[in-house]
Amino acid sequence: MSWLLESLNSSIGKKILMAVTGISLILFLVGHLSGNMALFANDGGKSFNAYAEFLHHLPGLMVIEIILASVFLLHILNALRLWVENKKARPVKYAVNASSKNSTIFSRTMVQTGSIILIFLIVHLKNFWYEYVILKSNDNLFEIVVETFKDPVYSGLYILAMILLGFHLNHGFQSAFQTFGWNHKKYTPFINFLGAIYSIAMAVGFASMPIYFLFFYGGN
Amino acid sequence: MSDVKLKLKLKIWRQPGSDAVGKLVDYDVEVSPDDSFLEMLDQINESLEKNNQEPIVFESDCREGICGACGLVINGQPHGPVPRITTCQLHMRHFKNGDTIYVEPFRAKAFPVLKDLLVDRTPLDKILQVGGFVSINTGGVPDANEIPIAKDVAAQSFDAAACIGCGACVASCKNASAMLFVSAKVSQYALLPQGQPERQRRVEAMVKAMDEQGFGSCTNTYACEAECPKGISISNIARLNRDFFSAKLKSKNVS
Repeated sequence: MSWLLESLNSSIGKKILMAVTGISLILFLVGHLSGNMALFANDGGKSFNAYAEFLHHLPGLMVIEIILASVFLLHILNALRLWVENKKARPVKYAVNASSKNSTIFSRTMVQTGSIILIFLIVHLKNFWYEYVILKSNDNLFEIVVETFKDPVYSGLYILAMILLGFHLNHGFQSAFQTFGWNHKKYTPFINFLGAIYSIAMAVGFASMPIYFLFFYGGN
Repeated sequence: MSDVKLKLKLKIWRQPGSDAVGKLVDYDVEVSPDDSFLEMLDQINESLEKNNQEPIVFESDCREGICGACGLVINGQPHGPVPRITTCQLHMRHFKNGDTIYVEPFRAKAFPVLKDLLVDRTPLDKILQVGGFVSINTGGVPDANEIPIAKDVAAQSFDAAACIGCGACVASCKNASAMLFVSAKVSQYALLPQGQPERQRRVEAMVKAMDEQGFGSCTNTYACEAECPKGISISNIARLNRDFFSAKLKSKNVS
């Protein structure tokens, strides 16, 4: 198996690892957002709590959670490793940075947007998963959501994080296809377009939750 | 010839040796808009020599955009602000009177500065040495067109082979990655029948050599494609990724 480890440790291997985990997370977000749409059912949280219960009692939930956590960790740790290595590859910086002339802001800021998403993820897990699953502070997840989004500062930062998530996804989506070697005159423009639509949908979709609970929910 | 001269402020990287500390040094110049960038540097050097000062060291050879020797980073862009040309093909008419121009060497761990603007680009040669060839027994001259190759395939291969190995891709990449260079060298053979027998071995060896030279990893910013004087396409990087992936799965090389 040494050849496999060596391959994954090569520059292209690390790219492939980044792309495989990235695409997995892209698919996860679709599922996560679709399920959370139950928040908008306007039935006092009945649908949403039922959905949360369903997920909570899913057979093999532990296995799914471990796989998901591993994918996140691999994506994050591999990114940190690449970031450190890539910094070392240019020890002396240029006096003039003209990168805006040859690349997009999305592609250049993956570490920054990714780091903010990581901070968001930790806060997000603390607020919902830790409170609901571990502390069991409230068995009504909908109430936790309503309470959390009542805080305008929290909701504001949440929306900001989702915009940056959109930035991150916009580069990540098409980048994964390029890494897999799927660059084609006919399909690449479509993939880039689809990636932009996808990232806008995710950013708007997730940001719609704090916006809804802050401005439109419960008559406040 | 234009009589109007441009007054420019140049900030040029001067570094006495590879281990020495370098700094940007100011030079005020007056040049004709018809001068090339390298002619301007020649003029500075002539006046420096007249005053018994060390001339600025920079590389150049063919001065017609095909040898790949003259890489300079001008205002943060390898080969300057005009796309699809090398430094030697850049003319001063692209600058405005009163402009400040920063001239720096290619920056990468794999390209140590030897002196002033001269960097050591042997790491690119090291990569070529392990795969930039096809092994063919020389014998009698084969008939032309003996192996049929479609025109569009030949053209694609030639587009990849247009790489002059200048290193601008490394210089422009925020990770100092040499992926565009390696992908061009892998692609030019991968596309042709003559390249097939060594296809797997070549891509494995060249990627390994690339990683050993201390280049960074590609993060698909595509800055390389934008700055490449020969317009090498990032579709070559996609081909490199594909070929590497399939070679690693299929080849019997387990070391």
